[in-house]
Amino acid sequence: MSNSEEDFNFAYLDEQTKRMIRRALIKAICIPGYQVPFASREMPMPYGWGTGGVQVTAACLQETDVLKVIDQGSDDTTNAVSIRKFFERVTGVKTTENTGKASVIQTRHRIPEQVLSEDQILVYQVPIPEPLRFLEPRETETRVMHALEEYGLMHVKLYEDISINGEISTAYAYPVKVNDRYIMDPSPTPKFDNPKMNFCSAIQLFGAGREQRIYAVPPYTKVISLDFEDYPFEASRAEKTCEICGATNTYLDEVVIDDKGTRMFSCSDSDYCNSQKS
Amino acid sequence: MYVAVKGGERAIDNAHRWLEDERRGDRKVTDLSVDQIKTQLSLSIAKVMAEGSLFDPELASLAIKQARGDLIEAIFLIRAYRTTLPRFGVGQPINTDKMIAKRRISATFKDIPGGQLLGPTFDYTHRLLDFKLLADGSIDEFEPGKDTEQMFQHVTQFLNNEGIIETEETSSSEAESPDLTRQPLEIPANRALRLQALTRSDEGFLLGMAYSTQRGFGRNHPFVGELRIGLISVEFEIPEIGFNIEIAEIEISECETVNQFLGSKTHPPKFTRGYGFVFGQSERKAISMALVDRALRWKELGEVSDGAPAQDEEFVLYHGDNIQATGFVEHIKLPHYVDFQAELELIRKIRKTAFEAKKG
Ligand SMILES: [Zn+2]
Repeated sequence: MSNSEEDFNFAYLDEQTKRMIRRALIKAICIPGYQVPFASREMPMPYGWGTGGVQVTAACLQETDVLKVIDQGSDDTTNAVSIRKFFERVTGVKTTENTGKASVIQTRHRIPEQVLSEDQILVYQVPIPEPLRFLEPRETETRVMHALEEYGLMHVKLYEDISINGEISTAYAYPVKVNDRYIMDPSPTPKFDNPKMNFCSAIQLFGAGREQRIYAVPPYTKVISLDFEDYPFEASRAEKTCEICGATNTYLDEVVIDDKGTRMFSCSDSDYCNSQKS
Repeated sequence: MYVAVKGGERAIDNAHRWLEDERRGDRKVTDLSVDQIKTQLSLSIAKVMAEGSLFDPELASLAIKQARGDLIEAIFLIRAYRTTLPRFGVGQPINTDKMIAKRRISATFKDIPGGQLLGPTFDYTHRLLDFKLLADGSIDEFEPGKDTEQMFQHVTQFLNNEGIIETEETSSSEAESPDLTRQPLEIPANRALRLQALTRSDEGFLLGMAYSTQRGFGRNHPFVGELRIGLISVEFEIPEIGFNIEIAEIEISECETVNQFLGSKTHPPKFTRGYGFVFGQSERKAISMALVDRALRWKELGEVSDGAPAQDEEFVLYHGDNIQATGFVEHIKLPHYVDFQAELELIRKIRKTAFEAKKG
């Protein structure tokens, strides 16, 4: 089989569709954290499997790009393999597992541990782009709330968390405020990853296919996790050491290794773990 | 060493081969042909074409075969293929007065010009398993009578002549009929866009919504003014030659309901309408669609909403698409262990604080 299939346009989408997505991306970069509606296409993988991220990646990729795809921090999870294979098939671009060598990284649920650089694009797969969705199910309402910067409901929710549980009970998809204006959903990354978004050198693009939304954080943009002065945000992780590479500062997976429920901890970012080992 | 996630690529390849093997099934049984599906499972094909938004019985049959008969999976295949097709333009409005109907019934009048035509319907069959089909499927051919070769005026037209039912507005511009597959859905949607969304909505979802209106959640007193199924031609204007040419002949189901009237002492009351239009022979869905269309029209007709689900445009339009729904519902089977880990850490921490507080 040849690297790219001739039945499809480069990166699967036709050029007009890619142009439509690029326009949405440019708008998103101009208004950091604002959710831009876009005419999401039906992709050959299911909604919820990363159709938004795939469309954004397809619109960004050029023949010289090097692509890395991760899911749960790892290049080898089934859906990451599937998406990487898709792009190998429809673009023929080089792929890599090495974070530093990738020019475009598509991710689900994690931000790589290695600090990203100016010549990189991080594409997030987003299931529910609206950070206010579980406080207000109507899109018609939440769009107005964003327009008026009416975020009281979110602060009340965080306050209620503290009064019931003693702390903010959001462990992932922890809401952030971008460029002092829009409250944004960082996608379901663990809150441990939130600080990596702040003044990040790379371009961060977010694609939500089913919900037909694109949003972005341009390089070097302020991204602050919501909190209170007396209950400051904390980027938490399991207080353990990676049993494979010995890292003490990474986000860890907890793995059950026998029938007695014995646990082992290891880096969720498989490329970072490998690089620390050698 | 434990490596939970290694070997993903090989696992996927093997899963695909196993899937193909199961699709083919027992090799001693003849392979199912696409022609057999196309000619003998036409109602499945109608569903796949309607919800896939692509009128192509051949491709729908192929999709059904490839999907092992899972119709939502088949619809998904069609949708993913449809995305890759260029859009040439907008066809001419279809005139269903010109339908060559094989079925046409009205529940509002005993007799109508042209008559009631039952056509190939399950309606009056007794639902008894026909064990003869186990052994031998051969039956005599049936020649429909001349009734089926005529065009019929719409039944609601007779009400319209009296001015007793609202007149349908026809939209002429593209702005009035936006393309749901080329623009993001924005609420509030106009009726043209709502109808587009409804016609490709999941049949089961629409059926449930329609049923709920009959049970009082947004009741709108419907009568089936007319239900017709048959062939109509699709025309497209080619700018270079300056006239319309017929590009296809398609089978569709159309349902017009006559619903509760509106008016006052000063404005003479009129019946209102609901409309259903679906590819293929899909009358269950056409009727459901007409009921839901009518329920969604409360605002433009100046009614007060009951707050019923079927009257809630955002609820109906955002949740009726079975490809969106199945993807998102099923995606929770994908790995979520990073998020689960974050929750684990949080709950452990909160529990620890709670235990310490209890010990005091
Ligand atoms: Zn490690």
